[in-house]
Amino acid sequence: MKTYYDPEDLKKFGKIGEFQKPLADKFFDYYGEVFAEGALTAREKSLIALAVSHTVQCPYCIDAYTVDTLEKGCTEAEMMEAVHVAAAIRGGASLVHGVQMMNKVKELSM
Amino acid sequence: MKSLHALHHQLSDTETQIEILEEGVGQKLGLPFFQRKMRDAGLFPLKPTTLEILQLNLGKMCNQVCKHCHVDAGPDRKEIMTRETMEQCLRALAESDIPTVDLTGGAPEMNPNFRWFVEQCHALGRHVMVRCNLTIIVANPKYHDLPEFYRDHGVEVVSSLPFYNADKTDRQRGTGVFKDSVRALKMLNAVGYGMEGTGLVLNLVYNPAGAFMPASQETLKRQFKRVLRDEFEIEFNDLYAITNIPISRYLDYLISSGNFEGYMEKLVNSFNPIAAEGVMCRNTISVGWDGYLFDCDFNQMLELPVATPAHQHIRDFNAKALAEREIVLNQHCYGCTAGSGSSCGGTTA
Ligand code: SF4
Ligand code: SF4
Repeated sequence: MKTYYDPEDLKKFGKIGEFQKPLADKFFDYYGEVFAEGALTAREKSLIALAVSHTVQCPYCIDAYTVDTLEKGCTEAEMMEAVHVAAAIRGGASLVHGVQMMNKVKELSM
Repeated sequence: MKSLHALHHQLSDTETQIEILEEGVGQKLGLPFFQRKMRDAGLFPLKPTTLEILQLNLGKMCNQVCKHCHVDAGPDRKEIMTRETMEQCLRALAESDIPTVDLTGGAPEMNPNFRWFVEQCHALGRHVMVRCNLTIIVANPKYHDLPEFYRDHGVEVVSSLPFYNADKTDRQRGTGVFKDSVRALKMLNAVGYGMEGTGLVLNLVYNPAGAFMPASQETLKRQFKRVLRDEFEIEFNDLYAITNIPISRYLDYLISSGNFEGYMEKLVNSFNPIAAEGVMCRNTISVGWDGYLFDCDFNQMLELPVATPAHQHIRDFNAKALAEREIVLNQHCYGCTAGSGSSCGGTTA
């Protein structure tokens, strides 16, 4: 079956360098450094990445960071709470624009 | 739940396991041979370093039937090391200077000669470690005094606790195991195990409850310490993070859950030459319940004996021949060399 997303493609991510190596190298170096232990732990960063994966709704990222959070020793409750954080921010971001709508209504209404 | 052996499962046959590890199931695996990887890393043939640990499987009988068990242990397994074989082990110990005796199973405590054997090893001045599954301590009143027995013989206790919550632990080890493990850990703490200043060592073993790799040992240790102390008032010394080796019941889990190919690929891609240098078969000899000798517990379960044809049984123990042997390697060994490495004492890199 032909689909836009193939789980096997995730393994080929590194190959984006075949078409443009210097930028790919820069990206992967940066990526590696971002996820290293720092002011935030690698474990905290992995949970953030899991939440963001759900925000950008990238199936590759969701797969990758589900595995990564498990491999960082996260619990399933922690993982689901991270997804709720993403959902809350997304929902809140829609709702807070309700104020803009209200402003416009008031501007246009008698 | 029954053992694969009792179910006459195809994976209770070790040749079938090895074939699957080499060839795959259905579709061809096409992964590089472990020996070749080791050759590239300058580690083939793999030779032992110094023999420091004699690890003994006192029997396959166990009060638990964990899903990932590489021994395929359980209450339905009747293989138990006899007193005669234990005496042969003691002779080998007395004739050598191996400092540590590591007792495993099954639940080693279920062997009727367990306590006698520990006393003998202690009398020989050897450091004794026991791989205690915790729940055995509370399984039957006759085991309730094990913590005191361990303490009196200076035994180091090494215990599996795959996670600090009931959900993940019970999914892997059986319903109620977490609760019983907590009870047993408190009993061990009560006699001084894991407590500062007592010198009584209680180490925990983490292994992933699924088809993924372990987290960093240090991170896990910090988390386990915090949660076990805050929520359960439990103390322990060290935590070993180990990788599940794709054999026996864990192999069955991998295949039936559709994770086998992906897991093997992951192990191969995470091959770490530094971890490979420190694999445990270099300083350990594993003795089967029937006295046969193996490079490690995993080779024992795959029935791959040491490559010293004239000295394959503990009654013919020959330290020199064993020191000169070549370690028997196969595809399952990728489990020991992935990432930070894995052994009975945790990471190796
Ligand atoms: S993993 Fe340990 S406790 Fe569990 S069945 Fe196997 S020997 Fe018994
Ligand atoms: S499985 Fe055994 S023989 Fe293979 S590397 Fe690990 S310890 Fe050594």
